[in-house]
Amino acid sequence: MNYIGEHLFPGQLGHFLLLLSFVSSLVASVAYFKATVARADDEKNSWKRLARIAFIADAVCVAAVFAIIYYLISSHYFEYYYVWNHSDRSLNTGYLLSSIWEGQEGSFLLWAFWHGVLGIILIFKAKKWEAPVMTVVSLMQFCLATMILGLYVFDIKIGSNPFLLTREVFQDAPLFNDPDYLSNARMMDGNGLNQLLQNYWMVIHPPVLFLGFASTIVPFAYAVAGLWRKNYGGWTKAALPWALFSAAILGLGIMMGARWAYESLNFGGYWAWDPVENASLVPWLIIVAGLHTQVVYNATGHSLRPTYFFYILGFILILYSTYLTRSGDLQDTSVHAFTDLGMNWQLRLFVLFFTIPALALFLARYKHIPFIAKEEETYSREFWMFIGSLVLFLSGLFIIIFTSLPVINKLFNTNFTVGSEVEFFYNRIQIFVAIVLGVLTAVTQYLKYKNTNKKNFAKKIALPLIISLLISGAISLFGGIEYRAFGPGFLAAIHLAIFASVFTFAANAGYVWSGLSGKLKAAGGSVAHVGFGMMMVGILVSSSKKEVLSVNYLNPLNFGSENKEKGTENMTLFKGIRTDMGKYWATYVKDSVDAFDKTTYFHVRMEKKDGKGDFVLTPDLIRNTKGQEGLSQNPDAKHYWYKDIFSYISYAEVMNPEKDTAQFRRHTMKPGDTAFYSGGYMVLDRVTPNPSNDRYQFTPQDTAIMAELSITSSDGRNFRATPAFYVKNNQVHYNMDTIHSQGLAIGLSQVVDNQHVGVVVKESSRLTPFIALKVLQFPFINLIWAGVILMIIGFIMSIVRRAKAIKPERS
Amino acid sequence: MLVGIAVVIAVLISMMGDLSTYETLASAKQKEGKSVTVIAMLDKSLPQPILYDPAKNANYTVFHVVDSLGNKAKVEYHFEKPFDMEKSERIVLKGKMKGDVFEITQKDGILIKCPSKYKDDPKAAENNLSQN
Repeated sequence: MNYIGEHLFPGQLGHFLLLLSFVSSLVASVAYFKATVARADDEKNSWKRLARIAFIADAVCVAAVFAIIYYLISSHYFEYYYVWNHSDRSLNTGYLLSSIWEGQEGSFLLWAFWHGVLGIILIFKAKKWEAPVMTVVSLMQFCLATMILGLYVFDIKIGSNPFLLTREVFQDAPLFNDPDYLSNARMMDGNGLNQLLQNYWMVIHPPVLFLGFASTIVPFAYAVAGLWRKNYGGWTKAALPWALFSAAILGLGIMMGARWAYESLNFGGYWAWDPVENASLVPWLIIVAGLHTQVVYNATGHSLRPTYFFYILGFILILYSTYLTRSGDLQDTSVHAFTDLGMNWQLRLFVLFFTIPALALFLARYKHIPFIAKEEETYSREFWMFIGSLVLFLSGLFIIIFTSLPVINKLFNTNFTVGSEVEFFYNRIQIFVAIVLGVLTAVTQYLKYKNTNKKNFAKKIALPLIISLLISGAISLFGGIEYRAFGPGFLAAIHLAIFASVFTFAANAGYVWSGLSGKLKAAGGSVAHVGFGMMMVGILVSSSKKEVLSVNYLNPLNFGSENKEKGTENMTLFKGIRTDMGKYWATYVKDSVDAFDKTTYFHVRMEKKDGKGDFVLTPDLIRNTKGQEGLSQNPDAKHYWYKDIFSYISYAEVMNPEKDTAQFRRHTMKPGDTAFYSGGYMVLDRVTPNPSNDRYQFTPQDTAIMAELSITSSDGRNFRATPAFYVKNNQVHYNMDTIHSQGLAIGLSQVVDNQHVGVVVKESSRLTPFIALKVLQFPFINLIWAGVILMIIGFIMSIVRRAKAIKPERS
Repeated sequence: MLVGIAVVIAVLISMMGDLSTYETLASAKQKEGKSVTVIAMLDKSLPQPILYDPAKNANYTVFHVVDSLGNKAKVEYHFEKPFDMEKSERIVLKGKMKGDVFEITQKDGILIKCPSKYKDDPKAAENNLSQN
């Protein structure tokens, strides 16, 4: 069949480029290998020339494929499945980019793209290390190329091709019997980008995170090269800026993800110890551990073996996290893992392909790696830096073991799971990690390599120690940190951790002056540590003082002995009704819809009771894409410098768009009679002719009658209703009364006789629009983001300094 | 040094003891009052497996589940109804059995497994194309 209007050329070109990148990465791997092992210089150089051409060709192919996919997406060529499945016409430029990395294929491409960029820099900068290091990078490119190859070999699928056509994916759909199917309304728009990814952080978080992922290969490749070429200590200075870069970018990427989670998910926070989060945090911890042992080695000759171990492990963990998040094994423990794409065997192979040779090489050469037999002095910097690295490693080990429970269960046929307090499960260990690391980070800078004069050390550390005791003491005494949910032990640990974090902050800030006499060029490490301390303070304070503002005491449910006095967390707000919310009056004012009818914004006015500061929160609900019904929540926050007020919609009527089918039921009652409804009962107290009160102003000349009813709900609350009817200009008018929280509409329909009146009652939850809103307060959450930024600045300062330090050796 | 590692290993082992295991509704009933994790599905044989009336109480969701062995239970969840709960394939529940009722007092005591909420659902996509 000849289909009309398809644009097949870009796809064919794209797939050709994919194949070319596959072949050229293979050529580059072989050629770099040959260049590494060749003995004669001519041979070496000619292999190297070929390898460079092949690698650059591969990098160009990957970049071109990327550009082609973007072109297809931005042209809305829905004949391509990838375009149809991941984008639609409503997306702006940024989100069109996000559409590329929404799919697994696009994220592999992004990863490979960064390897290409880093590889080209290495070609120019790595000098004698180029051949062995680039062998590893090229092999990685080869593996990634297989992931997007989309070839079938004997019915086994290798990789997933992003250039498949929609009609090839759904061969049986009757739609494609029509040669002009592209004119069909169903093909005029795509499936869309997942609603939760339509957030600006999702435009920049994945590229940064994948640059972080990609960069971990460089220290790994240097370590492998060192083992392979038996030049065990020769690479550590050259690789240090790379390791710093990796730690900086991976850390930044992780925290951007945290920011995204905070802004667009309803976890009620930035970190939930979700397996997907853990899987990228652990490699970061290990890389940071390696970074410190590497610095120790460069300065003293100690700790080379652990440096090898950490860099190899860090990279392996990146691969393992790829497996964890993409294999579908985490379905029962994570809220946002990828689902199985049917290439698990390939993913496992990918992990093992690097893990087994790297570990085998490490073990085989372990004995030959130089080490200093004499243990470090207790008063030396290297000793405590090593201890700190060990703590980072153990902390990571702990996290990854429990994150891997689904994999462990699969392997050993067990069925373990983390209990019901997932966050506390991790927090109770990591809080001690924070305490130890905080104190180590504060103290270690003041120690000198080899050995330290104890008197000098005590003198220098005294001032920051006193300052930190004062500041953290003030926070503990006046900060009102009373997080008792997990007992006094945990609360004490929180206070200790606050001290340790403040100590890190103060000691490192002080060190810039006292230790480095203000030489900012050399202060990268200290600045990064100051940022780290700041971030830790922010995490501790914002989490332990996180507060639910929308506490609802109207329905004090019995939560059992554990949380007796606790209210519940959602507040029901009826439209236009000012409701008491602790320190605020909250009013659900109105809602509005965006131009594409995708998002509904709920405007909630928050008025401070003391009159200082009103603001409007507009949390929204966004329509699900991809042919799924329903809506997803998008929180909104009011940012102050010292706190965030964070809110999201737990329920709104648009979520349940059924028609109101409830009918009025008629009761004939006389004063004193009782009528029942599903949630309680009502008593007709009296009937008043021509009432004159707050609500009605009738005179004796009118014809009007009002009923007064007392309503008692089954949970013991009392309400009053005063429906009425009157005759004016020969027309009967009815004035209904509504009890919103009971979903009751009550009317007075007629006078039956001089004793009885007709009372009509309707029960419906849709009398007045309402929302159930959750509002949380995070104090000092900005310290986290500011701390992260400071940490990155510190890393960059270190990179600049360490990169400059290499130069003299080269010339 | 070795002492430190030994301490860490001891901590890890003691943490292993704190792990719970996946239970069925029947075995959860036998461990009444103990925190357990159960994987179940909504009991679709009922006309209304989920009861949630936010106008009356936005913090209370009751639903009925059935596990893979066919055991049934009522679940009380003291928070808002999770989004997309109706569409769930599986629900991971963390809480305690109290009599015949499974009670959840933690907000994250429910994990809803939808036919791929975050990622592609080829079936939904195909339906989308095949409908007219």
